[in-house]
Amino acid sequence: MTSATHGTPAVAEQVGTLDAPRSPYMRKKTTRGNYELYSWVFMRASGVVLVVLVFGHLFVNLMVGEGVKAIDFAFVGGKWSSPFWQIWDLLMLWLAMIHGTNGLRTIINDYAERDVTRGVLKGLLYLAFTIVVVLGTLVIFTFEPCPVGADPELLASFCTA
Amino acid sequence: MTAVMEKADAQPKTGEIPSFDVTIKVRRFNPEGDAAGESYWDEFHITAYGTDRVLDALHKIKWEHDGSLTFRRSCAHGVCGSDAMRINGRNRLACKTLLKDVNPGKPILVEPIKGLPVVKDLVVDMEPFFASYREIMPFLITTGNEPTKERIQSAEQRERFDDTTKCILCAACTSSCPVFWTDGQYFGPAAIVNAHRFIFDSRDEGAQQRLEILNDKEGVWRCRTTFNCTEACPRGIEVTKAIQEVKRAMITRAF
Repeated sequence: MTSATHGTPAVAEQVGTLDAPRSPYMRKKTTRGNYELYSWVFMRASGVVLVVLVFGHLFVNLMVGEGVKAIDFAFVGGKWSSPFWQIWDLLMLWLAMIHGTNGLRTIINDYAERDVTRGVLKGLLYLAFTIVVVLGTLVIFTFEPCPVGADPELLASFCTA
Repeated sequence: MTAVMEKADAQPKTGEIPSFDVTIKVRRFNPEGDAAGESYWDEFHITAYGTDRVLDALHKIKWEHDGSLTFRRSCAHGVCGSDAMRINGRNRLACKTLLKDVNPGKPILVEPIKGLPVVKDLVVDMEPFFASYREIMPFLITTGNEPTKERIQSAEQRERFDDTTKCILCAACTSSCPVFWTDGQYFGPAAIVNAHRFIFDSRDEGAQQRLEILNDKEGVWRCRTTFNCTEACPRGIEVTKAIQEVKRAMITRAF
């Protein structure tokens, strides 16, 4: 019964022998709890917030004033010296990362058939998530807009003033 | 003159029922014998009539061509839910699908429903499907003394869950669900539909327990709203809508 082993891993191990006519089928284990409920609600809520954050970000960076040509080190330095943009970008980073990671977690759950594959893929996913979030958060809060000894031409206007 | 004669010959004689030839390709699997464990396509050519259903074609094959062909059917009129199968890639009841409606010009593909273990040919093991059904407790749950008369319900209260009472447990929906295909751990649309039938029944008091059961990692939250189930349902139940209503009941319960 090689092609008939779906959902019954016990049968797969004994290929060639016939299993009992009514071998009981069991759901692996009960996994009740509100975790999936909250994750479902979070996806909807964060999606709506992200639409505002991302399009606001694109509008301010690419369309206001000089537009896309204005983006350089000084522009980013100027933005991140304001707590408003720090919080905006932090929120965008965290929500986008949790939203995206949760989405990929769902896809892995849907498509990975073997438990080992599923575990490995999710492990890699969470590792990538941790690295990006920690690094991103660190950059937003420890960013130095006026490095000592840099060419004043490249820095924000408030550095030289 | 001759042309007229030929044309007259092509006309069916009076009283003769027009027929057509059709090729049926059946996905077969035998757990025993020479080709044990191998599934393969088997081709049959039969003559059919406009009123013939896929089930009639399978009967003709079994009775006149190959008696070893195995499939389930009981009532043959779309009520018992025994003969759900994958016909031309879509889950349907063989007894409710006319051959002329499934493009008989090309070979008609008949496969067992997906995601459940195949026992033989078109017969699958329905136990995983019924296990999920049993888990949602498909029976009336009440407290207190039994009333001396029937349990009263208004027409509006009955209407609330009318759609989901139509389920015949044929497994066409659950075996059309791509999430169920992956590992068979998802409860599946049919179990949720039958939970819906009791959750929204004003006479039933087990709604909280059923919501708790379906608030599982493998419960309603695995639904991706692909609408395969709604499309597959031979009873026309709005399955995806029912699943979303159960989701909504869970969210209003949690917040």
